Amino acid sequence: MSVSVEVRNLSISFGAGASAVKVLPGVSFSVERGECFGLVGESGSGKSTVLRCVSLLTDFWKGEVLIDGRSVRDMPLIERCRTLQMVFQDPYGSLHPRQSVRTVLNEPLVIHKLGDREERIRRAITDVGLPVSFLDRFPHQLSGGQRQRVAIARALILEPSLLLLDEPTSALDVSVQAEILNLLQRLRNERGFTYIMVTHDLAVVDHMCDRFAVMLRGEVTEILPHEAIAVNGASHPYARELIGASLEYEGIR
Amino acid sequence: MTVNTHTRRMPGWLMALNNIVVFLLRSPTSAFGLAVLAVLILTAIFAPLIATHDPYVQALGNVLQPPGNGHLFGTDELGRDIFSRLVYGARITLTIIFLVSIVVGPIGLVIGTSAGYLGGKFDMVLMRITDIFLSFPSLILSLAFVAALGPSLNNAIIAIALTSWPPIARLARAEAMTFRKADYIAAARLQGASTSRIIVKSIMPMCLPSVLIRLTLNMATVILTAAGLGFLGLGAQPPMPEWGAMIATGRRYMLDSWWLVTFPGVSILSVSLAFNLLGDGLRDALDPKQMNRR
Repeated sequence: MSVSVEVRNLSISFGAGASAVKVLPGVSFSVERGECFGLVGESGSGKSTVLRCVSLLTDFWKGEVLIDGRSVRDMPLIERCRTLQMVFQDPYGSLHPRQSVRTVLNEPLVIHKLGDREERIRRAITDVGLPVSFLDRFPHQLSGGQRQRVAIARALILEPSLLLLDEPTSALDVSVQAEILNLLQRLRNERGFTYIMVTHDLAVVDHMCDRFAVMLRGEVTEILPHEAIAVNGASHPYARELIGASLEYEGIR
Repeated sequence: MTVNTHTRRMPGWLMALNNIVVFLLRSPTSAFGLAVLAVLILTAIFAPLIATHDPYVQALGNVLQPPGNGHLFGTDELGRDIFSRLVYGARITLTIIFLVSIVVGPIGLVIGTSAGYLGGKFDMVLMRITDIFLSFPSLILSLAFVAALGPSLNNAIIAIALTSWPPIARLARAEAMTFRKADYIAAARLQGASTSRIIVKSIMPMCLPSVLIRLTLNMATVILTAAGLGFLGLGAQPPMPEWGAMIATGRRYMLDSWWLVTFPGVSILSVSLAFNLLGDGLRDALDPKQMNRR
């Protein structure tokens, strides 16, 4: 159920000609099977762009993204959808305002022509810790944390092996953040997902990830194990500064 | 449990409809619009029961009678009862509105949403076509179509439909462009939804309220254009009791027999006013920000 991911020399620029902006000059990293890999860095450092490239939401990048040794570009659409799914940052914007939870969860099953729909929908909603009665609710009848659970259920219903998490907790309250992170942790322990997780919060990385990459202006400066956070074991000055700032902030609190 | 959820879902949209009607009735202007419309629809349905005379029967010994004497709104130049003709005219007006709306709504919605969602060259081509249609005054373009197709009510409907889809397409495109980058569209793409599926299932429901509002506001224009074409003799043909055509024939006797043009004129005025007010009310009722309260 889990896959390895290898990103080689991923580069992308937006715009054309002289005004083109190179957002990612060349990113490389690899994620092992069942690993949780964090991407941290300041705003605009290209973390989310990496996820959008890996998922082919943005498809005009150069380089290679290999999932279990196969290029994502070579995977047929249906297979790709069943291999990787994404959870978005803002639960208020990632659910269709006029679709009930049932419709949201049913839609992927219809597209992929999967059977036992009712059964699968119920399993998906209970897996993320929501009661079955929530199926007939609309997004505006749910709280932020509940919405994010629905978004996770939507990603899980196709039984992917790779989950791309784009700051899944940054729009949520601190107590709800913990709930969602524990949920993600539990799901990973149960199913052995591979996670690639973008976040601002090094505490989240420490809690969730095995290894993480520090990004600066579209480049991976350093890849560190999560143990390096507590002792600030980074060697690159920027990564050191980032971890140091985070430690200081945590210390004051 | 399953039975329970299913029985709760049907009243769901009925309740939404009920909510909208209650909301509309709360403001006096949209309540007026709704009332006039209800009267119009009931009149059209029960026309044979309401009409006091046959709208087509002429009584040449009884022409240009003022209101009274068994003729509520008087008689016209051929002795036909004006009230009965207005009552039957409601059917024609409703037919025009209904046919134009069911042609224009889907066309505008499909063209607008696909142009807005797909963007690029597709958008460019579709929008330039829309621009061409938009740059003609609609009555003049309708005139040209009717002149080419020959004057009749059906041709007038086709002509009006052909000229009134561009604003709706424009509106739907603008709406679609604001939604195409939304995360829920990205999520649908990641689920493997085809482009047409995304447009139909995700984009269209978001554009529908504003298109419905625009369509309602548009109905006032449709009525006026139909009346205008009727007035020019290019729409409904005699002896059909179309309101615009009635004004056109009554015009010759206007100075001595005011009732010939006044009553059809008031009918056109009140119905198009009603649609405008209703459209305004719908804009408030269907506002997504207010949807959240329900």
